[in-house]
Amino acid sequence: MKRTAIVGVGQTDHTGNRFDVTGVELIQEAVSRALKDAELTLDDIDGVVIGNMDHFEGINGVELWSISGNGGILKPTIKLTTGGTTGSTLAIGGYHLTASGLFNKLLVIGWEKNSESDTTGAITTAFDPIWDRLVFAGAISGLAVEASAYMKKFGVTEKDAARAVVRDRKHAVKNPHAHLRREVTLDEVLRAPLLSDPIKALDICPRTDGACAVIFANEDYAEKICPKPAWVLGTANRHPYAYLGDVDWYPLKSLALASRELYLKLGIKEPLKEINLMELYTPYSFANLSWIEALGLAKPGEGAKLIWDGVTDAGGSLPINLSGGVLSTNPIGATGLIRAAECAQQIMGVAGERQAEGVKKALSTGFGGCFWSDILIYGSEKPS
Amino acid sequence: MEPVAIIGVGQTAFGPNRKDRTYADLVYEATTAALTDAGLSIAHIDNIVTASNDFFDGRTISSMAVGDACGAAFGEGKSISTVEGDGAFAALYGLSRILSGSYETTLVVAHSKSSEGDLRLLTNVFFDPLTERSLGLDWISAAALQARVFFKEKNIGNIECGNVIVKNRAYGAKNPKAHIKKPLTIDEALRSPLVAAPLKETDICPSSDGAAAIILASESFAKKKSERPVWIRGMGLSADAPLGERNLAESKALRLAAGRAYQMAGIDNPSAQIDLVELSEQFSYQELLWLDELNYRNSSRVNLSGGCLSAHAWIVSGLARMIEASLQLRGQAANQASSVRRALAHGQYGLCGQSHSVWILES
Amino acid sequence: MVQKNRLKRSDFIFVESGEAFQPFEYSVGMEGSRFFTELRDRKKFFGLRCPSCRKVYVPPRKVCGPCFKTMDEWVEVGPMGTLSAFTILRFPFIDPETGEKKPVPYGYAFILLDGASTQFQHFLKVDPDWPPTIGIRVKPVFEENRQGKLSDIRHFEAA
Repeated sequence: MKRTAIVGVGQTDHTGNRFDVTGVELIQEAVSRALKDAELTLDDIDGVVIGNMDHFEGINGVELWSISGNGGILKPTIKLTTGGTTGSTLAIGGYHLTASGLFNKLLVIGWEKNSESDTTGAITTAFDPIWDRLVFAGAISGLAVEASAYMKKFGVTEKDAARAVVRDRKHAVKNPHAHLRREVTLDEVLRAPLLSDPIKALDICPRTDGACAVIFANEDYAEKICPKPAWVLGTANRHPYAYLGDVDWYPLKSLALASRELYLKLGIKEPLKEINLMELYTPYSFANLSWIEALGLAKPGEGAKLIWDGVTDAGGSLPINLSGGVLSTNPIGATGLIRAAECAQQIMGVAGERQAEGVKKALSTGFGGCFWSDILIYGSEKPS
Repeated sequence: MEPVAIIGVGQTAFGPNRKDRTYADLVYEATTAALTDAGLSIAHIDNIVTASNDFFDGRTISSMAVGDACGAAFGEGKSISTVEGDGAFAALYGLSRILSGSYETTLVVAHSKSSEGDLRLLTNVFFDPLTERSLGLDWISAAALQARVFFKEKNIGNIECGNVIVKNRAYGAKNPKAHIKKPLTIDEALRSPLVAAPLKETDICPSSDGAAAIILASESFAKKKSERPVWIRGMGLSADAPLGERNLAESKALRLAAGRAYQMAGIDNPSAQIDLVELSEQFSYQELLWLDELNYRNSSRVNLSGGCLSAHAWIVSGLARMIEASLQLRGQAANQASSVRRALAHGQYGLCGQSHSVWILES
Repeated sequence: MVQKNRLKRSDFIFVESGEAFQPFEYSVGMEGSRFFTELRDRKKFFGLRCPSCRKVYVPPRKVCGPCFKTMDEWVEVGPMGTLSAFTILRFPFIDPETGEKKPVPYGYAFILLDGASTQFQHFLKVDPDWPPTIGIRVKPVFEENRQGKLSDIRHFEAA
């Protein structure tokens, strides 16, 4: 059992269509940037963990197909995949595999080339062929249903949700890795074309081509590699539900249960005060209101107040999604890992223009599957 | 490495067609068998790793369908993750989740149903879409390439492979879990029709439906709760370059994985120090090739379960090898060998064994 | 002559997967097969009740996840139900089942069938300009020629 940290990060230039590279080259771009960031070479790495969503690129055995770019030749190479939560699942894997002592320096890679397939069609194949697929219409439809139930329950408005979009898109302007880097106004969000009631075009995440690589090292190596490693304090997740019809629409049970477990384990009583920064896998506007209630930041139905008060804006007491979040960048298999990478860089103090002050504790989440959640908490201080 | 034990094992019977069951049903069957074997209830399990493949299951995030069946939703729910690849690789991740100090017990469960899709199409998509796929290769034709270079390198052929088939099929005939329970003579093997030269029908493992589960536990948990723990003493995993970029007559990856496992377990003479081997051979020639790389010479102590030539469900097979080796160590195997104290279990994944894991287990 | 290692977008080549697809024969299982037989032959809905928590699951499945108990007590549910959540799908996308664009807009409903504890998903017949509200009563409309699958129900509509 060893303490473990994130010691290096590499992200590709994320855009809507990286037609200039193959998938393998995209992965290699992130890997070489992470190695450079940690001042390591592939020889230093003793294992590779990679993930994506299979049917988005239509390639079976991605870890072996991409091995020339992912660095895994003649190394232990493992694929983890859990749908939308893949990226956070990878970060959790990076933690356990290095904390176990079986691996000392592990390369963890999430990636997706969404431009290569019809994303909604591919996500629809994630759901049960017998019971779900006839009516299901990708991620947007399930989220729209959740939003409709949340609005009905608490009287939350589309304008409340739009405010969260304005926040994330404003944050993205300062992130050179963000896919969408143009600010939007409340009015623009509210007037965008309706996709699936009540979700409009700007309420939902984009489809992005991109990869993210993160290097995990355990306590035997972390401080030698990185002057200020981002220690992983703990992880938890819940992947309940087999069918969409089983989902309780409020609160997001998986996140409520996973965060409760991790807060208890780490002795966190008031997350709003004790955590300095969050990177949340909030793939649509209403998630930025409802899911922070599941995280215990606001009482039921009161998430919007926190957003309007500016608490979660850059400069607020608990900035959320300083990267611009998933509403600005969404290479699905990488998305959850980017959240981990952004938390780590904030703790390392290398987040550039988007750097927050005095980040001692940060929290990242992943979302996917059938309303599943993953959660990780990071700290600047080496755990005792 | 701190000791971790396998304290429960469960497998479904492997069959050509379990159409009456969904793959979630198979996962439930294997999970409850492992719990019963360990004398535990699902409440004792504090995290889960599943193994599956979205292509073989015909849906993205296919692990979604098995959560309830493996106990992930039990009570307040459990932390769970999914490895895509061989079940023995999932066991490695499950092992690390105990060694990280996060959990006491990990349930590892793998499934696949070959009967629902077309394996030749599903393995064609292992190949690169730009450069290779349109050549029409699949897992069998790729293996034929490997068999040919291996035969040439070692100056062997169908007779040597025939002996492997006869041995494994004889053992499989006496294993109630096996898919093929019919023994075969060397003449029948040699007369078997060609599928992709030099591979004949009987050189190729069956495509089975099935699931398997193991329960891993920390040393303290195993000592308290288990009457017959099987201890993990060594483990190695390694992947190799793609098909066109490696010498198919050898497997550097397997050599590396075995080397790591031997080193951890303090083994320098595998043939003398390992009593029994359970190998993932999708094709008869692979048993010979893998044994070469494992540096293991006691061919009569290999695959007493019948091996993959008697039952092979993709994703499941490595975990099934760990289970068969564990049963031998506990003295409860179908073809029980005498005085088995240390066994080796092997898992592989990809085309022509692109990735391998090796486990050293002790009673 | 040395060629510059830079291409314009129009210079890039793309490979299409064409009609490539992987056919499947998915098992519905014992519980699902019973459900669809009743639906096809008698236009009835059935769920399974957990012996421990008493929840009634639709679609029926072998195991109650939270209790990890197998279920074998069949309970007739519906056909009437309550709309628990819905959306109107308005954007075009490719149906992976058919390879064709799905006809939009359509109502996508989660329905709590009377007597069931989990929601049943199906199409909802709606006027996109005057969508219904959560909580209304709905009823199924069946196809004449039923084959034992989910599309044996054409849609649900306001009762």
